[in-house]
Amino acid sequence: MNSSNLPTLEFDTAPYKLSGVVYGCLLNHAPALAALGDAVNLPPYKAPPRAPVLYIKPRNTLAADGDAVVVPADAAALQLGAALGLVIGRTACRVSEADALDHVAAALIVNELSVPHANFYRPSVRFKARDGFCPLGPKVVALADLPNSVDALTVRVYVDGTLVQQTHTGDRIRSAARLLADVSEFMTLSPGDILMLGVCADAPLARAGQQVAIEIDGLGRLHNTLVAEAAPLTQEPAR
Amino acid sequence: MTRQARVAYDGAIHSATPHEKGLQLADGRVLAETAVVWLPPFEVGTIIALGLNYADHVKELSKELTVSSQDEPLVFLKGPGSLVGHRGHTRRPADAAFMHHECELAVVIGRTARRVKAAHALDHVAGYTVSNDYAVRDYLENWYRPNLRVKNRDGGTAIGPWLVSASEIPDPQALGLRSYVNGQVTQQGHTRQMIHSVASLIEYLSDFMTLRAGDVILTGTPDGVVNVQPGDEVVCEIDQVGRLVNTLAADSVYGR
Repeated sequence: MNSSNLPTLEFDTAPYKLSGVVYGCLLNHAPALAALGDAVNLPPYKAPPRAPVLYIKPRNTLAADGDAVVVPADAAALQLGAALGLVIGRTACRVSEADALDHVAAALIVNELSVPHANFYRPSVRFKARDGFCPLGPKVVALADLPNSVDALTVRVYVDGTLVQQTHTGDRIRSAARLLADVSEFMTLSPGDILMLGVCADAPLARAGQQVAIEIDGLGRLHNTLVAEAAPLTQEPAR
Repeated sequence: MTRQARVAYDGAIHSATPHEKGLQLADGRVLAETAVVWLPPFEVGTIIALGLNYADHVKELSKELTVSSQDEPLVFLKGPGSLVGHRGHTRRPADAAFMHHECELAVVIGRTARRVKAAHALDHVAGYTVSNDYAVRDYLENWYRPNLRVKNRDGGTAIGPWLVSASEIPDPQALGLRSYVNGQVTQQGHTRQMIHSVASLIEYLSDFMTLRAGDVILTGTPDGVVNVQPGDEVVCEIDQVGRLVNTLAADSVYGR
């Protein structure tokens, strides 16, 4: 991917400004944490997470529905992190769980792509922050227009048209409201920020050449194509 | 542009340049340094920060830990809410036993960098500024360490006052840096002690992520970090780049 096909989303489309700050939460899906078993108590972790463990998908990762995503040459496959993203509508600083969802304008689908990695001790920027690794969309839907609560929506992941994972947005260590309350205790979320609920256990993999799609009830279908990395550029881009 | 700040004054945001009496707004007004509200000196994109990038600081944190330039840089990301300008305040949570300052050279990207080699990396730098990237060590967890609760707190990263053009800093590895708490020197280091140089960090990062104008790399801190308390004034100073002032504020100021 070159600089000419960096973010193609409309960031200032009314009514929700997507500012480009997308936050994810590690191991918020209870079965995903349980799958680590006693390893959470052993080095290097020594204890399960206490506060929400967050990460950032920076602006170079943002991509839109339909975009091709490059699979790095050194990765056999990418992990498809099907996630619901909460679009913040009002400044959220130290919100209570009861009031938290009043600060959320809407929701959307995020395909939180990673180069698979088994160790979560150090921030995994090289595995999560590659260009195009955060497709979003295809639409932003107000919470009131969702068919069910944000914590009870079915999530389906498809690879080449075949259903490979069906989960739902529940079973979280922290529900949407609890997560927003706990995050806003130490960092303010601003209108247009996105907070992801967390990726489910056993996130499926896909290789270059495959079509991937995520559906969440009421949020539509986000589809992207994975493509192989071209030979490394040997020249500096033109000034 | 050789030195530029962004400040709020008289109901508007202005760009400003140094003046012998303090600073001068683009519209000509000359003001004292304390007459304006200093903002981060550029429009900030992605904020990239380094941990463990000075050998002496590695030793300070852990006697067993060794890090060399052969190791992958310890990189983490921050959101824009973490930033606060020169002469701003940073909240010091009452429940924490150990919150420390970190003087860091901040490198601001000026031109898109994608798979740039170290030999050409500095061509992509717009300029430099000073950063004080506080950490609250009580909140450290061994998951994506240093986790965002330690490093991405509102106003927990002071930055400024000036964005100094790269043309004024021919060698970013030839700068002394110091911190003072209430006038006492606490940190004294030199950018030649970085494990990964500015140029090699740009090569490393741009190999997997496209860096764009406004992205900033906080390049890590030398040893000498000390606990700070509400009311303490912390000054971080880097040769030729600037002198950044920040004051710690108690929870009560924030209604906590």
